[in-house]
Amino acid sequence: MGMKFKQLLDSGKFVVTAEIAPPKGTDLEQMFHHIELLNDKVDALNVTDHQSSVMRFPSLGGCLAVKERGGEPILQMTCRDRNQIALQADLLLAYTRGIENVLCLTGDAMTVGDHKQARGIFELDSVQLLRAIDFLEEKKDLGGNALNGETAFCKGAIVTPEADPWEPQYNKFEKKVDAGAEFFQTQAIYDLENFTRFMDYARGFPVKILAGIVLLTSARMAKYMTENVPGIFVPQNLIDELSSAPKGGALNKGIEIAGRMIAALKKDSLCDGVHIMAINREEAVPDILEAAGL
Amino acid sequence: MKTITRQKPYEEILQQLKFCNRVFVVGCGTCATVLQTGGIEQVSELREKLQGSGLLITGSTVIPTACDEMTAASVSENEAAIQGANGILVMACALGVQRLNFYLDKAVLPALDTLFIGLEEHPGYYMEACAQCGQCILGYTAGICPVTACHKGLLNGPCGGTDKGKCEVDQERDCAFTLIYNRLKEQDRLDLMRHYHPPRNAQVVPRPRVKILEQKEMEQWV
Repeated sequence: MGMKFKQLLDSGKFVVTAEIAPPKGTDLEQMFHHIELLNDKVDALNVTDHQSSVMRFPSLGGCLAVKERGGEPILQMTCRDRNQIALQADLLLAYTRGIENVLCLTGDAMTVGDHKQARGIFELDSVQLLRAIDFLEEKKDLGGNALNGETAFCKGAIVTPEADPWEPQYNKFEKKVDAGAEFFQTQAIYDLENFTRFMDYARGFPVKILAGIVLLTSARMAKYMTENVPGIFVPQNLIDELSSAPKGGALNKGIEIAGRMIAALKKDSLCDGVHIMAINREEAVPDILEAAGL
Repeated sequence: MKTITRQKPYEEILQQLKFCNRVFVVGCGTCATVLQTGGIEQVSELREKLQGSGLLITGSTVIPTACDEMTAASVSENEAAIQGANGILVMACALGVQRLNFYLDKAVLPALDTLFIGLEEHPGYYMEACAQCGQCILGYTAGICPVTACHKGLLNGPCGGTDKGKCEVDQERDCAFTLIYNRLKEQDRLDLMRHYHPPRNAQVVPRPRVKILEQKEMEQWV
């Protein structure tokens, strides 16, 4: 195994992470396959935590599988499903099993998922979760009680560069920085000019920024995302480019676009790395990396 | 301020009444009347419907304010009809149901679901304004409560689901933190947006919550 994620971030290398999603059920073969496919190609694998409020195999289980296969996992942790005792306990378990990177998220609303009548906990929010990790590192729990044994996590959070309005979101970004976030993954970005403006702002803070790259698989998907997904803006020229792809070629075009964007980000050192989200198309990640010249 | 209620599905009302054949129906002259869930008309409509389902109605009344202690007087006034019933169906909020339960040995059953305590922001528009969390942070949030106005009850700023100032779960609803941000900006108090709110204490008054006035606190009212 190579360098740990935190060391890589600190080394100044252009870091590449990718996202994998645990399955709905106990058939883990596809997840194992994705892990084996990507472990050596990216610097860390980020495992989603009941993404979109859909009950699945847990992120912690996925991270253990990454670890067992020699990879570097990033544990996604949302505040939606667990109270503070459960969150802290999972962090203790994670650390003892060598999972040292945590991405702290609020979590999607319960109502968007497949357990619409379940209670969203949100006892902590993402800022408070970041601070809770600091407490653990000081050998204290949130109840103020002493803990035996150390923890040391590399803490991450997310930010939405294209948020509208941007002021309250950027304000929260700053609160996350205050709370000890060391790295940020961004919501998907497609407009490099807008992203450059965001980076001009974000460079004022001592944190590493990984640009979010969501693979576009069709013009329809791109149009849907720009119209419906909060904080995502896909410029018309990219939608047109996908439309102009020959029949059956939209995915390849999407891979080309993602690769081109990563290459541009890296060439101009616009940010510290990328986080690739090839939702349901994890097989395409190696092609994206190749298209990016990585 | 009104307690917001909604009538239960009729099947559920019948299910609750399954064990009885003689019903006394109670409405409330305050919140449930304004909300048209338990006023004179709704009581009359439900009476007819229940009769149509084969139940005998021994009587009905609309208590001025079902949750207060004057309810005892209404119970006395209707004693014969109440005694003639083996089920009391209440078209009031759960406070009214429980107030009646104090006075009656009979089965007291809710015809309504109690949804929230609503503040009338403008005529006919009721919003949940307070979750009674026991730790008011309105002083930091420009008088807008994120515990109730944010779908997730967040304290430290908006989630990533907000868009164009609206909430991801309902495009008609404003994002609480956009409102808070704009208001604090107008008041030149934006520094408060950076204020860190620690996790809330979920046990300020452990449940079941009870408040007991001291004797001398009681005396000032008599």
